[in-house]
Amino acid sequence: MRQSIAIVGALAIVIGSLCGQAAAKDAATAEFDKFREVMEDSNPAELFEAKGEDLWQAKRGPKQVALAESCDLGLGIGVVKGAYVQMPRYFADAGKVMDAERRIVWCMVEKQGFSAEELFRTPFANENFTPEPTSLVTYVAGASRNMKIAVPISEPHVQDTYQLGREVFSFRAGPYDFACATCHGEDGKRIRMQQLPNLAKKDEAIRAYQGWPGYRMTGGFMLTQQWRMNDCFRQQRFPEPRYLSDTVTSLLTYLTANANGNVYKGPGIKR
Amino acid sequence: MADPMKIRAQMKGDICDIKILMSHPMETGQRKDSDGKVVPAHFIQSLSVDLNGKTVISGQTGTSISRNPVFGFKVKGAKAGDKVTVNWLDNKGDKRTDEATVG
Repeated sequence: MRQSIAIVGALAIVIGSLCGQAAAKDAATAEFDKFREVMEDSNPAELFEAKGEDLWQAKRGPKQVALAESCDLGLGIGVVKGAYVQMPRYFADAGKVMDAERRIVWCMVEKQGFSAEELFRTPFANENFTPEPTSLVTYVAGASRNMKIAVPISEPHVQDTYQLGREVFSFRAGPYDFACATCHGEDGKRIRMQQLPNLAKKDEAIRAYQGWPGYRMTGGFMLTQQWRMNDCFRQQRFPEPRYLSDTVTSLLTYLTANANGNVYKGPGIKR
Repeated sequence: MADPMKIRAQMKGDICDIKILMSHPMETGQRKDSDGKVVPAHFIQSLSVDLNGKTVISGQTGTSISRNPVFGFKVKGAKAGDKVTVNWLDNKGDKRTDEATVG
């Protein structure tokens, strides 16, 4: 009897401390969520969507064709609505699985005749510069607002890429012997005030997808998922992957397919 | 010429909720670039909003406002179908006018 009381006591302490932790976390998260909610209502990402739409419709590049009349994002030439939530997918004309940004750049190079070298030189935005693919991705993403994520995971090429992405996610290397899974493979981790989602879990994987592409309030510029992946490698002190590389596509395939079935809320806003 | 604004004007009961999203660098003039040179100030200095041609709000704005600013307010006496016109002028003389319809 006495023993069982001691056990009950110990349990109560464990439960108590768990609740305390959850409450503290919720308060911080709730504040951020409130903030984000206010900002989402009038997200400057819309300005980039508008710019992206103009770029999509305009006849441009050495070949003077519009992406709207030449680029197939997987649902037919020029079809934008719903394309973003169904990528990465396999494109037979390129012989590759591609995510949205990779596909758009492929179209810009193959269909419009832009120089790949030029586009690869400055792939990511900064305070004074927004790459055209970034605006285009924002436009394409916005056209899938409130739609369900549906990566065609049963397609064999996509399935292979998914499996590769899973390997990349857990691949430990670099001077810190890090992997994506080191921070994103466990529940309840954080870096400073930033909550880290466990991206290997189905119900949390959406957090790698939601909010991208995102408008970063610090500096006021637009960033894409390609940038996010690149920066994660940098933070792990890995060599940074080449822009639009197979490695990044496979990682995006893994993360996006894990979030299949969730509703995408459109381009987001970051602190 | 600056990029277009995004204007949303929505009736909520008998009050119209207007949100204006402007594309502008809003440089304060206090920042330095990578060469150490001061980035010249460049900001929207005046803003006015008309409803069916009649000014409902106007004001002077300055460098304490962020890049790509959002301006939101509520107005009484509007109805669906009214025309909202927004004008801004920046300190370099660049200006922009955009329109939207109350929905």
